[in-house]
Amino acid sequence: MNNDELITKLKTIIAPYIQDEEAFKNLSEDTDFVKDLKINSANLVDIILDIEDEFDIRLENDDMEKMLDVKSAMAIVTSKLNK
Amino acid sequence: MKKEEIIALLPYEKPFLFVDGIDSISEDGISGHYTFKDDEFFYKGHFKGNPITPGVILTECMAQIGLVCLGIYLLKDELSETQKPQIALTANQMDFYLPVLPGEKVNVQSEKTVFRFNKLKCNVKMVNKDGELVARGTISGMLKV
Repeated sequence: MNNDELITKLKTIIAPYIQDEEAFKNLSEDTDFVKDLKINSANLVDIILDIEDEFDIRLENDDMEKMLDVKSAMAIVTSKLNK
Repeated sequence: MKKEEIIALLPYEKPFLFVDGIDSISEDGISGHYTFKDDEFFYKGHFKGNPITPGVILTECMAQIGLVCLGIYLLKDELSETQKPQIALTANQMDFYLPVLPGEKVNVQSEKTVFRFNKLKCNVKMVNKDGELVARGTISGMLKV
């Protein structure tokens, strides 16, 4: 999967939980889940669970703590998929 | 962990404690009860001359038993007298079927559907003393020690 495909998949997963439409429209690798998209902590967990289902991977507490923006989410998913 | 210990760890008190007792509890779910007293504070205004328990209070009762008591049990190994849980309600979706009048006893049953990364999500229902469905829905919260 290339980066564009990955970001498209992530965008679909994130869409139901975002609070800031404008930031979501301009989503890039630097978009921060909490600061930019205004996602709350519980919905961040939902995103993690949805990512697990979509990519058939298992995420741990360390991954959750690192997953602050689109870039780090992409890195974590990519590294798990390559394992 | 004893049922009384769970109630003692709840961060609520009168007039906003809506748990009288826990009937059963496990890693998967909980059942508990509360009796709405005739002189609860909200009956003065809800409704004028026609006291009925507000839906938000029924939801609160369901959250205190179904989510918070269960959450305390699930975190039991990390809690102590000085180590109390921090709790935030993050979402709820509720449907209501029957009114609850002053003096009525209700039973709350909750089943855990998700407990990961500090998020607890449950399917919760409330029944009256005749076992009739009063309310049903899902409640989610974040729990932290």
